[in-house]
Amino acid sequence: MHIFANPARFLKIARPLTPWLGWSGGLLIVAALAVGLFASPADYLQGESVRILYVHVPAAWLGMGGWTGLAIASFMQLVWRHPLAAVAARAIAVPGAAFTAICLITGALWGKPTWGTYWQWDARLTSMLILLFLYIAFIALDDAERERGGEGRITAIFGLVGAVNIPIIHYSVEYWNTLHQGQSISFLRGSSSIDASMLWPLLASALGFTLLFGAVVLMRMRAALARQKVEARLRRM
Amino acid sequence: MKAKNQRLVLLVLAVAAVLGAVLLAMSALKEQAAYFYAPADVARQGPPQDRNVRIGGMVRKGSVRRAPDGVTIDFLVGDDSPHLIPVRFKGIVPDLFREESGVVAEGRFQAGGLFVADEILAKHDENYMPPQLDVKTGEHKSESLK
Repeated sequence: MHIFANPARFLKIARPLTPWLGWSGGLLIVAALAVGLFASPADYLQGESVRILYVHVPAAWLGMGGWTGLAIASFMQLVWRHPLAAVAARAIAVPGAAFTAICLITGALWGKPTWGTYWQWDARLTSMLILLFLYIAFIALDDAERERGGEGRITAIFGLVGAVNIPIIHYSVEYWNTLHQGQSISFLRGSSSIDASMLWPLLASALGFTLLFGAVVLMRMRAALARQKVEARLRRM
Repeated sequence: MKAKNQRLVLLVLAVAAVLGAVLLAMSALKEQAAYFYAPADVARQGPPQDRNVRIGGMVRKGSVRRAPDGVTIDFLVGDDSPHLIPVRFKGIVPDLFREESGVVAEGRFQAGGLFVADEILAKHDENYMPPQLDVKTGEHKSESLK
């Protein structure tokens, strides 16, 4: 990671990588959703509403993965004072919040026909809503600290402490009685209780959204670096 | 020790301390943050009286009885334990409410042990499959949902 800490070297890689990630992610999403929405079978119990899964699950993974990345970047910023770490954490926050919101909205839409309710205060739903609030607080805190001319150290500490919510979200369905079902896919054990005809479009969609997420983060990081450059030049004038 | 390493050690310790605090808080909240009581919990603690609670479990096979008025249903909720809770509900149940499927009921225990529910929610499990593979029941259940 230390190699990429140099903004000039980072830009040399990020510039050509951005369109590749964006286009391959976009195409993969279109293909996966086409299969998921039209070609894949309906569920034996949920019927057609199971198709929300192909957006809901990738959005949930990216909301949680986003904060994990944000926390790692915050950690690197605090320990090694990497100039790019703060830029990365800031760039992740907005798409992370967007995917968390998508996860909550699609989850509510799925919950009405399946559970019979849009919203319930169970452990999984509540901890995911807290993640959205953490993202919003991170963005607000970051804006406030930059306005003050700070280095963003308080924001980084907040990003690191907020990471405790991630294992809570993950284990909430196993640790507490929840309305939300338990986990279907375990990457650690390599097992899944989703039929293969639904699992493949789901994994393809998740990969597509992840690539798109990467493209958005790179774009935002490049924009932030460009802004820093402009501000530095204006100061010298 | 270099300043960089000092920060690293300090931060790792701080993260470990925060994680430890969260684990303690989670274990303290084990009961309070539960979304519903399972029949085994109710049997252990005694049915909570005079307040609204949620109970959850599996609808026992063959236990659903519809009253002649057409809107009242009675059924039994069980879990892995031998305990069963009799539930009465007046209203429309979700489409996914069925026997041998998960259910969450919100309501109140009566003196006789009957649980009168104001709201019934269906709980979905972690299995996703097309109707043809539903070997357990051998019928196309999704057809009935359309």
